Amino acid sequence: MLAQNLSFAVLATVATVAALRVVSTRNVVHAALYLVVVLASVGALYVLLAAEFVAAVQILIYIGAIVVLFLFGIMLTRPTIGSEHGLDNDQRWMAGVTGLLLLGLLSFVLVDGFGDRQLPRLDGMSREALTAERGTAAVADSIFSTYLVPFEAVSILLLAALVGAIVLARRD
Amino acid sequence: MLVNQFLILGAVLFCIGVYGVLARRNGVLVLMSIELILNAVNINLIALGALQGPEAAVTGQVFSLFVITIAAAEVGVGLAIVLLIYRNRTTVDLDEVDLMKG
Repeated sequence: MLAQNLSFAVLATVATVAALRVVSTRNVVHAALYLVVVLASVGALYVLLAAEFVAAVQILIYIGAIVVLFLFGIMLTRPTIGSEHGLDNDQRWMAGVTGLLLLGLLSFVLVDGFGDRQLPRLDGMSREALTAERGTAAVADSIFSTYLVPFEAVSILLLAALVGAIVLARRD
Repeated sequence: MLVNQFLILGAVLFCIGVYGVLARRNGVLVLMSIELILNAVNINLIALGALQGPEAAVTGQVFSLFVITIAAAEVGVGLAIVLLIYRNRTTVDLDEVDLMKG
């Protein structure tokens, strides 16, 4: 339990600091690289919650595909790569106040609603029982039985997004 | 582990993302902040699923997979739009894209 709490503390700190750097750094490429740190820490947190397939997908899709897309987007929309001014607009103080107020409200509601409810302890279970119960096989069963129709709908959505992105971005 | 550890971390990431969406001018950086918000949602889905027992844990994982997929689609279309704005106006500064402002 101590090891879990310790790794949570480290990962949560890394994720929070890197997320703050994503929204505060002056270099757009650094923002994308800090985003990699956030996404990797969140992926490790999924492992801590016994969701290993989602962790693998997080690394593959987010870090492998989405961040690369971001880097291409930066590359194609920047005359120069480097530190620059004017990435923030003049309402940043109001934005900070909004964020802090929202954080206060959400924390109050969460502490009030969930208090000190513990997550069920999984370290007593055998590995076979754990994977059968909530591992990759269970996720696959659920996707291809209960959530088959949403799964197909998402694949149509991906196809539509692909076609839309090509239509938008190509030069005629 | 407390479930609130994860939920409050999700809230922190969400609020940082909201700050980024409101305060950034660069279109690509706004899309990155949206990714932070979607990640916060995924943490919440998986943590709340794990709280409720095995079936809900699997459901939470499936829903977070859907969210990841839709985030990928969103980034593809969003970056195509940003590229189009850049091509037409040679800037991705969202403060200057005010064609629809009354």
